Amino acid sequence: MDFSRLRRIITRYCVGEENWVGNRTVHIGHKEPPSCAEAYMPQDYPDNRIVSSKYTFWNFIPKNLFEQFRRIANFYFLVIFLIQVSFLFTFEASGYEDWLRHKADCSLNECPVDVVEQGKVVRTQSHKLRVGDIVMVREDETFPCDLILLSSSRYDGTCFVTTTSLDGESSHKTYYAVPDTMAFRTEQEVDSLHATIECEQPQPDLYKFVGRVDIYKDKQEPVVRTLGAENLLLRGATLKNTGHIYAVAVYTGMETKMALNYQSKSQKRSAVEKSMNAFLVVYLCILISKALINTVLKYAWQWSPDRDEPWYNHRTEIERQRHMVIRAFTDFLAFMVLFNYIIPVSMYVTVEMQKFLGSYFIAWDEEMFDEELGQGAQVNTSDLNEELGQVEYVFTDKTGTLTENNMEFIECCVDGNVYIPHAICNGQILSAASSIDMIDSSPGGYRRVNLFFRALCLCHTVQVKEEETVESIKRGIHQGKSTSFYISSSPDEVALVEGMKRLGYTYLRLKDNYMEILNKDDEIERFELLHVLNFDSVRRRMSVIVRSSSGEYLLFCKGADSSIFPRVVSGKVEQVKARVEQNAVEGLRTLCVAYRRLSESEYLEASHRLTEAKIALQDREQRLAQTYDIIEREFVLLGATAVEDRLQEKAADTIESLHKAGMKVWVLTGDKMETAAATCYASKLFRRSTQILELTKKRTEEQSLHDVLFDLNRTVLRQRSISGYGLSRCLSVDCLDFGLIIDGATLSGVLKPSQDSAGHGNYREIFLEICRNCSAVLCCRMAPLQKAQIVKLIKSSKEHPITLAIGDGANDVSMILEAHVGIGIMGKEGRQAARNSDYAIPKFKHLKKMLLVHGHYYYIRIAELVQYFFYKNVCFIFPQFLYQFFCGFSQQPLYDTAYLTLYNISFTSLPILLYSLVEQHITMETLKREPSLYRDIAKNALLRWPAFLYWTCLGVFDAVIFFFGAYFLFDNTTFTSNGQMFGNWTFGTLVFTVLVFTVTLKLALDTHHWTWINHFVIWGSLLFYVIFSLLWGGIIWPFLNYQRMYYVFMQMLSSGPAWLSIILLITVSLLPDVIKKVLCRAVCPTATEVFTKTINTFSFFPSLITFFHSPVPYCGALHHLHAFSVLQQNEFLIGPQRRGRSRKRR
Amino acid sequence: MNMRFYRTTMKEEGNSANRPSNTAFTQQRLPAWQPMLSAGVVIPGFLLIGLAFIGIGVGLLITSRSIQVLELDYTGTETSSPCYQCTMSNQSNCVCKLSFSIGTLFKGPVFFYYGLTNYFQNQRKYGVSKDFNQLIGDVSYFKSPSSDCQPYQRVNGKPIVPCGAIANSMFNDTFKLYQIINGKEELVPFDGKGIAWWTDYNIKYRNPDYTPLKNAFNDTEKPVFWTKPAYELDTSDASNNGFINQDFLVWMRRAALPNFRKLYRRITEGNYKDGLPAGNYSLEISYNYPVISFEGTKKVTFSNVSWMGGQNEFLGIAYLVIGSMCVVMSVVMLIVYAKFRFPEED
Repeated sequence: MDFSRLRRIITRYCVGEENWVGNRTVHIGHKEPPSCAEAYMPQDYPDNRIVSSKYTFWNFIPKNLFEQFRRIANFYFLVIFLIQVSFLFTFEASGYEDWLRHKADCSLNECPVDVVEQGKVVRTQSHKLRVGDIVMVREDETFPCDLILLSSSRYDGTCFVTTTSLDGESSHKTYYAVPDTMAFRTEQEVDSLHATIECEQPQPDLYKFVGRVDIYKDKQEPVVRTLGAENLLLRGATLKNTGHIYAVAVYTGMETKMALNYQSKSQKRSAVEKSMNAFLVVYLCILISKALINTVLKYAWQWSPDRDEPWYNHRTEIERQRHMVIRAFTDFLAFMVLFNYIIPVSMYVTVEMQKFLGSYFIAWDEEMFDEELGQGAQVNTSDLNEELGQVEYVFTDKTGTLTENNMEFIECCVDGNVYIPHAICNGQILSAASSIDMIDSSPGGYRRVNLFFRALCLCHTVQVKEEETVESIKRGIHQGKSTSFYISSSPDEVALVEGMKRLGYTYLRLKDNYMEILNKDDEIERFELLHVLNFDSVRRRMSVIVRSSSGEYLLFCKGADSSIFPRVVSGKVEQVKARVEQNAVEGLRTLCVAYRRLSESEYLEASHRLTEAKIALQDREQRLAQTYDIIEREFVLLGATAVEDRLQEKAADTIESLHKAGMKVWVLTGDKMETAAATCYASKLFRRSTQILELTKKRTEEQSLHDVLFDLNRTVLRQRSISGYGLSRCLSVDCLDFGLIIDGATLSGVLKPSQDSAGHGNYREIFLEICRNCSAVLCCRMAPLQKAQIVKLIKSSKEHPITLAIGDGANDVSMILEAHVGIGIMGKEGRQAARNSDYAIPKFKHLKKMLLVHGHYYYIRIAELVQYFFYKNVCFIFPQFLYQFFCGFSQQPLYDTAYLTLYNISFTSLPILLYSLVEQHITMETLKREPSLYRDIAKNALLRWPAFLYWTCLGVFDAVIFFFGAYFLFDNTTFTSNGQMFGNWTFGTLVFTVLVFTVTLKLALDTHHWTWINHFVIWGSLLFYVIFSLLWGGIIWPFLNYQRMYYVFMQMLSSGPAWLSIILLITVSLLPDVIKKVLCRAVCPTATEVFTKTINTFSFFPSLITFFHSPVPYCGALHHLHAFSVLQQNEFLIGPQRRGRSRKRR
Repeated sequence: MNMRFYRTTMKEEGNSANRPSNTAFTQQRLPAWQPMLSAGVVIPGFLLIGLAFIGIGVGLLITSRSIQVLELDYTGTETSSPCYQCTMSNQSNCVCKLSFSIGTLFKGPVFFYYGLTNYFQNQRKYGVSKDFNQLIGDVSYFKSPSSDCQPYQRVNGKPIVPCGAIANSMFNDTFKLYQIINGKEELVPFDGKGIAWWTDYNIKYRNPDYTPLKNAFNDTEKPVFWTKPAYELDTSDASNNGFINQDFLVWMRRAALPNFRKLYRRITEGNYKDGLPAGNYSLEISYNYPVISFEGTKKVTFSNVSWMGGQNEFLGIAYLVIGSMCVVMSVVMLIVYAKFRFPEED
């Protein structure tokens, strides 16, 4: 439905396509330029008001109604009854949430801001800010809108900003003032500025901004300066370590980058909801056909006039004159009204409540609480709870999700010699080979080692933070004596600089564009930082150009091996390459370091190119990339580094469980293949027995993609035909399974629509076929957009599997949004993923409980809820349908109005609601221990058509039993001992009593987990029914103009046969279900049933035995012994192999 | 378990602000009873239920069989029927006599019912066609009957009391039972008290507070099909007159199904206290109520009752059938479980 929008968002987020949407001109301080070449066009900008709420006061009702009507059910409700009480709940829930948002918006919009007006600082409200206003922001204040930095209290015109709330990076970023204005110190000076800013129209990309400022000075030609993202202070970010700044507003209100990133997510709908809609359509058809059948039969039956209008029941004149068609139509409508209760209106309310209340159990779960973060799981969408039990594909990010994203420098390799820093012998070089040898043997070697360490000390964007703040404690590593920390947006860089420090080279600081290094001999070396060629994910490298104290121009570059090696002209490439590969296999993150000496002329040319590209207003990114490409070449390879990113706690266990639960786990990472593969082995995604299929660039270079694909497909198919069909065979661990590794380049080849569709057919299908037969897939070198593409590919494959994406970084947002269920990890890379996700959990390991326990529970709960609702309404209405055959199709209701109304509202509502909140068909421990139970509910097992048909048939059967049971009982006889006769209301009440009891007891039969709540609501609602009926029939109700129920219930209870028949009919109605359950359990038990069985039988008897044999059988011991024996028995059941493993885990 | 919670709570004093509360409910660990439909429970359960049901069924069947029922159709569609002539002529107060004999003593108390078939008292329009406010004796509604009563609301501009189709169509055949002893007809006394629900007679229906009752009905019309107004339904007994006339009340309680039976009289008095002795009887019917037009039939039924009411073999048979099915199912289940080798004990 909303795919196009989604795609748009994704492209916006990920590819960063340059959309030049026209410029805007901002007059700073609202002063027009003096020499107006073009007429001043007052542009219309929104005010600085932020609206994150979906509804406003006036559009709440229509807009919400529209949202509700996207469900067929709700549309039906409108047709049948215009004002339905049942709307209220959903209505109120969304209304309430929106009201909260309104309140939050209000407080945000009214927070005070300092604006410079006529040389004075004036305090105003945030929403009154206009584009062009000059704003003053003090330290630790949040920017009220997107601003261009004019000047700061720091003399170098910089300011520090943290963007934690925007992208989650808690590091301090430096922003620069426009050089010509950075000298302004006072309000007056700032106010005297006469300039216009021309910049692009607002775009959501946080890291991109292109603009130009024209500064007019004394009627001279205006000075033109370029503006980039480094000048733009974003709304939502906070000013740090800077006294105050002056800045001019360029984007306000809903046009700020933050607001543009508030994409209201398109509603995800769960598979259960889709089934519900399908069932509803069936029931609508049943309803309509029932009404139609009755209408047709009525007129067929009434063909003879004496039936149509017997002498005792004449029509009025008006009715007689009415046209036949109109009469038939009104009859049809009357039947519709009579039978409309078959549509479980209250189901929607109950489902909504169940989801809303049920989601609290996730947030409340203590096992998903993380001590470190001090946070538990978070539920952002309660609509998808049950989808957690349906996941077939898990797409996970690697860094920060499977791994800790807590980097540790392991080793570096210079020219093939390995240096391992050791924490204890700080600064010592421990070489695997003999390092002294190397230093002696090669003349250039020593110099290269030195250069290598300097390169790592210089080529980074790490900042040194002097004083302690709470946030940086987490990130930075304590620096010994001085309280300084390294902070950077990339944990790798921090790890590298840290590692260098341990090897004796300490990066001290960046002061006045000079980088200071404390070398091994405790001397301070100073390098002038000339240019930084920033890291980006396309180049996968970064460079710096520095001038050493001796005046040499050096370009240091570090980056992924694949992006460095092609640009290397000399150096010990082979040795380094070998080491890099070895490290990658061990799961370490490797980076290569290279340098290039620049002559002065080369430097000047490069510098010129860089400046030019940076100033460019159009296509700046592209030109920068070109320039980088020209400059970063002819490298001399220095060496490589290895950084370890440890696996998250229990990641392997979690993946293993997911595998056993029948889910396919795919790792999507931007990392390189070897590293990622090693992580996959470590996390047991690939086992030793896994046969790895490679679909990588390396292979496709040798063979054509087409051949590779067909080759792989053949391999997979051959294996399948050997081992026979079905998934069940693969339950044993030893079974040979496949793992696929594919890289980004090949993937885009696969996904590209094939040119000659007639020839090779579609690669997509072959690829999917291969994937289907692989238990694990690793996609490396993925761009964020490709992650989403993969998810989409699987999602839209012909089985339409339910997908789950889990990740922690901003690069995972696209796949989190794309997948059916998006889970964010509250990780180191910020909260963006968590914010955009449906559920956020602190650690990857929590996924296990989330899916296997919560997902499973929610699914069976909601499945029962849905089926039960349809069932109970069939039971309710079908007797009424049958009654029409015995009352001349006259729309006579079988039950009293009060019963009709209250059946769904109070007699049968609470038990199912509470059931759907607390039911546990099997214990949590079992679910966690036996992930394979998850397969039982795969593919929407409890809500498929056969199950639905079963429930409906059961409902019809029960209804037939109720009705004809009562019919034969009433047939021409009395059943009181005083010979008096009962009327039609007694008949209806008898049916209704049986109905309420049967339906409630049916739920009781389905309840596996009887807490006091279940007891309370089940027996309570039966009791309520009885008490209500006694009361309803016990009094002449003064406000009613009929008293048809007066004493009916009591009279019924006073007769013996009524009791007997109630008992009989309830028993008969429940019998088939019990028999079916028992037989199914015996003949074809589901895995879940097998487990309940073993546990129950084995725990019950031995515990009794132990109890009786224990010397002191006092009460307190019972529980203990029981638990003990359960444990023992389970151990016994699981067998020695499993026991061994679990002991190891402990 | 306890250990674990203890540890975590000890450790977490500082950042416990976000910590979810650790209660059995929030952690979904409420103590619970987890019953299971295992073979060990179900098979004996079925057997027990089955046997109990068979027992009840046998009891019910025996009771039902002991009840005597005598049903006589007097519609008069066949020419041989004594009431045939009444269906032909249009005369009011047509009287026909039905003779029958009883072989053995018809044990008392005997209940005398009249029955109608194919008569839809449960029609929706018919069912709502009354004015409850009239029937509780509220005179203000005598002048303006509820519109529900249409087309039996007014006649000749005058309001009908009691209005509506139900009241209008009140059954008006009357019966007299004679035992023929030595060629002489001896009237069997009928008891017309307590044939309607106690609550209907005492609470739900009320006559207006007028003496004589007739005055309340000034400026009103009797229902069109009635031969006498409501205040003359039983002139001999004021407590059986007007809206609390028992025959009226019985009629006003609508039957559930199109074939129904309504209590007419009880035979509890005099020589017939112990029942109807064997012998010949003659039932004198004043035949007024037309049923031929809608293909209905009329009948009378003599029946005695047990604790479980009138004769109804259905309940007993149903109990027997379900009971034996339960027993059979328990055997089937036993076989199934034996065949599948009691999977829970593998």
